[in-house]
Amino acid sequence: MPIQLKNVSFIYSPGTPFERQALRGVDLTIADGEFVGIIGQTGSGKSTLVQLLNGLLKPTQGTVTVGEITTTDKGVRLRPLRQSVGLVFQFAEHQLFAETVAADIAFGPLNQGVAPDEAAARVDEALLTVGLPLEMKERSPFELSGGQMRRVAIAGVLAMRPRVLILDEPAAGLDPRGRDDVLARISALHRERSITVILVSHSMEDVARLVNRLVVMHEGGILHDGSPREVFRHAENLATIGLGVPQATEVLRRLRLAGWSVPAVALTLEEARQFIVAAWRERGGGA
Amino acid sequence: MGVPSIIEIKGLHHVYRGHDGDTYALGGVDIHIDEGEFVAIIGRNGSGKSTLAKHLNAILLPTEGHVLVMGMDTQDARLLWSIRQTVGMVFQNPDNQIVATVIDEDVAFGPENLGVPTPEIAKRVDAALKQVNMLPYRNHAPHLLSGGQKQRVAIAGVLAMHPKLLVLDEATAMLDPVGRAEVIDTILALRSAAKMTTVLITHHMDEAVLAHRVIAMDEGRVVTTGTPAEVFSQPELLESLGLDVPLAAKLAKELQRSGLPLPDGILTAAQLVNALCQSN
Amino acid sequence: MLANVTLGQYFPGASVVHRLDPRTKLGMSFAYIMVLFIATSWLSYSVLGLASLLVIWLSQVPVKMVLRGLRPILMILSLTVVLHVFTSREGVELVSFWFVRIYSGGVTQGFLLAFRLVLLVLSTSVLTLTTSPIALTDAIEVALRPLRRFGVPAHELAMMMTIALRFIPTLLEEAEKIMKAQLARGADFESGGLLKRAKSLLPLLIPLFISAFRRADELAMAMEARCYRGGEGRTKYKVLKYSGLDAYAVASFVVISAVALAL
Repeated sequence: MPIQLKNVSFIYSPGTPFERQALRGVDLTIADGEFVGIIGQTGSGKSTLVQLLNGLLKPTQGTVTVGEITTTDKGVRLRPLRQSVGLVFQFAEHQLFAETVAADIAFGPLNQGVAPDEAAARVDEALLTVGLPLEMKERSPFELSGGQMRRVAIAGVLAMRPRVLILDEPAAGLDPRGRDDVLARISALHRERSITVILVSHSMEDVARLVNRLVVMHEGGILHDGSPREVFRHAENLATIGLGVPQATEVLRRLRLAGWSVPAVALTLEEARQFIVAAWRERGGGA
Repeated sequence: MGVPSIIEIKGLHHVYRGHDGDTYALGGVDIHIDEGEFVAIIGRNGSGKSTLAKHLNAILLPTEGHVLVMGMDTQDARLLWSIRQTVGMVFQNPDNQIVATVIDEDVAFGPENLGVPTPEIAKRVDAALKQVNMLPYRNHAPHLLSGGQKQRVAIAGVLAMHPKLLVLDEATAMLDPVGRAEVIDTILALRSAAKMTTVLITHHMDEAVLAHRVIAMDEGRVVTTGTPAEVFSQPELLESLGLDVPLAAKLAKELQRSGLPLPDGILTAAQLVNALCQSN
Repeated sequence: MLANVTLGQYFPGASVVHRLDPRTKLGMSFAYIMVLFIATSWLSYSVLGLASLLVIWLSQVPVKMVLRGLRPILMILSLTVVLHVFTSREGVELVSFWFVRIYSGGVTQGFLLAFRLVLLVLSTSVLTLTTSPIALTDAIEVALRPLRRFGVPAHELAMMMTIALRFIPTLLEEAEKIMKAQLARGADFESGGLLKRAKSLLPLLIPLFISAFRRADELAMAMEARCYRGGEGRTKYKVLKYSGLDAYAVASFVVISAVALAL
């Protein structure tokens, strides 16, 4: 399900003292099956952008088209759009409401008009996908740990079987192990089901490891758009807008400043190790 | 004796009593913290680190063992308010610790509770807001501030009570990188200006690296303690605790294994690059 | 965005009316309302009305903002007038047409009552427009203080109002977020009958309540950690102080009221 934004602007509370332009003239196309990371400071327009993609917000100017649906068309029905574009908000556990984990996860599918037994099957599938045991189904979501609640909330969106999955900071506030596990599962989901995944993140380490394409937002516009390797080449540029680069890249950047001839970007620790060992040998180290 | 201990924890056990059985949160913790120290406590969720924090100012009381704050036992109810005035706490959620509808009134909340005379409160509010660099926002409404700004206000609210110890209980966990940097810079500024004794509870290892001493906890016990260099040179141990090691430290370890002559105790990118440049 | 909603209807400014002590304003508003109820003649009302206009002019609040307070009572106003005009049988008969009989007494009565209501609403509007919610809370705490000996928890009530004011924007923002999250899961808050719609609000209300309780819990802990133990022994950062302005205001008020009641 391809996504296309044409010259999209968005203004909050137009015509009031609180008027604020969140997006200005954004053009963006995302093809089927891409894994896109969106990074940028708080207030750069990331959250507005993702809410435009499932019609929670409609552009003040320009068009947003997902598959066949353009959200600003007259008489457009947004519910089919919300079925195919799943959106996991930041701190998603705050949306849990049902008495049992199963009932909460089934909320989305049942709203879609899925039959109850089919919904039950989807609950099982979604629980397994996020790595929670099926025995958890009958428990109250409010007895679970923070990390487990987050997973239940993600499962609630997965059970709708979206073609496009958008996650806003899915790992925020989790401890390192919880974070790695949730992100690994999202990555597996993308690989196995070939759905489009859009990951909004503040962590350069995470996007460097996971995504194929990185979009950098700044003051409501797109500043960079390319593979992580291309984008992180612009370390100085990113620094001026308050964004960093992955630690592995940062080490290489400092080495280059010190006169070493290493590549500008390393996305993983292993890559950085290889580059540094090669350069060290070249400089006569260990000889 | 030498320098007096601000915190002395002896054989601390904590059990949460619940409907469906008891939860053992702390199982025998001994820690002492000296005046002027900067201690980071790390551990995964459920390791007991937040329970420990709540013992430092008698929000929780020991099931067994003792917590002494400048010699005051937290189980002595008569000392409760002196203990809470001595230990300032900043919590995780920036929204849920600001009481007043205007920033300066919130900073005044603690001194007001202590019965500080009005002219003195005004002085303290100004000084505290200046220390966290939020003086220009004194007349703002809290809900319009960023997360990092709200946490700085929370720190100011604690500083205005003139505490001896500042405890930050995962105070950066809900913030974006800019907000985290604001809070950490504020702590470092307080450290260098006032030598404020600080306990930083966090699961961000790049923050723990800044402390003098790191205490790693798991399953309600202290697993290891030492300087950041000592603690983070045990990547296998930390990973078994579900914790990260700063990437520069991990990379340094890997490079050592590949035969590069690097010293131990590298924690940051800058240290690693320095060591590499000296290695050939 | 909901978070930007201004609370109450405070219109910030630095006019003499803004600068009055909130206790003075609160007290004068009460007294004004009492005078309104004692007054009976058209002349008295004219004086009181003029006084109102003078205060509005001094407050420098746009007249449109002040008049906005009248919108919710338009219905009541028209009803008051209509009822009196058509049902009263006092005074001289003015109109007699088919079954309709209008008497002069009814007309005077109806318009007097309506005018009294308008002045009443205008005076409270001016109070809330020129006094910030926090100042008003302080004033209410002072006003309630004498009732403490009868068991009225003045400090606690004021603290509750402050916390409510503090958290309303936060909870509004949160409600908006939860609503969006449930909409994204295909929730439908709009269609269906009353019962269905009430039920469809549960996915919004339950998380909102849970969050409010969690916030309350955490806030209570944070307040305790900052040594909050009720109103006993507490000092104040911003102490209310009367100034010469308040004396002028009260003196003018007394004179105007006396004139109004004498007429």
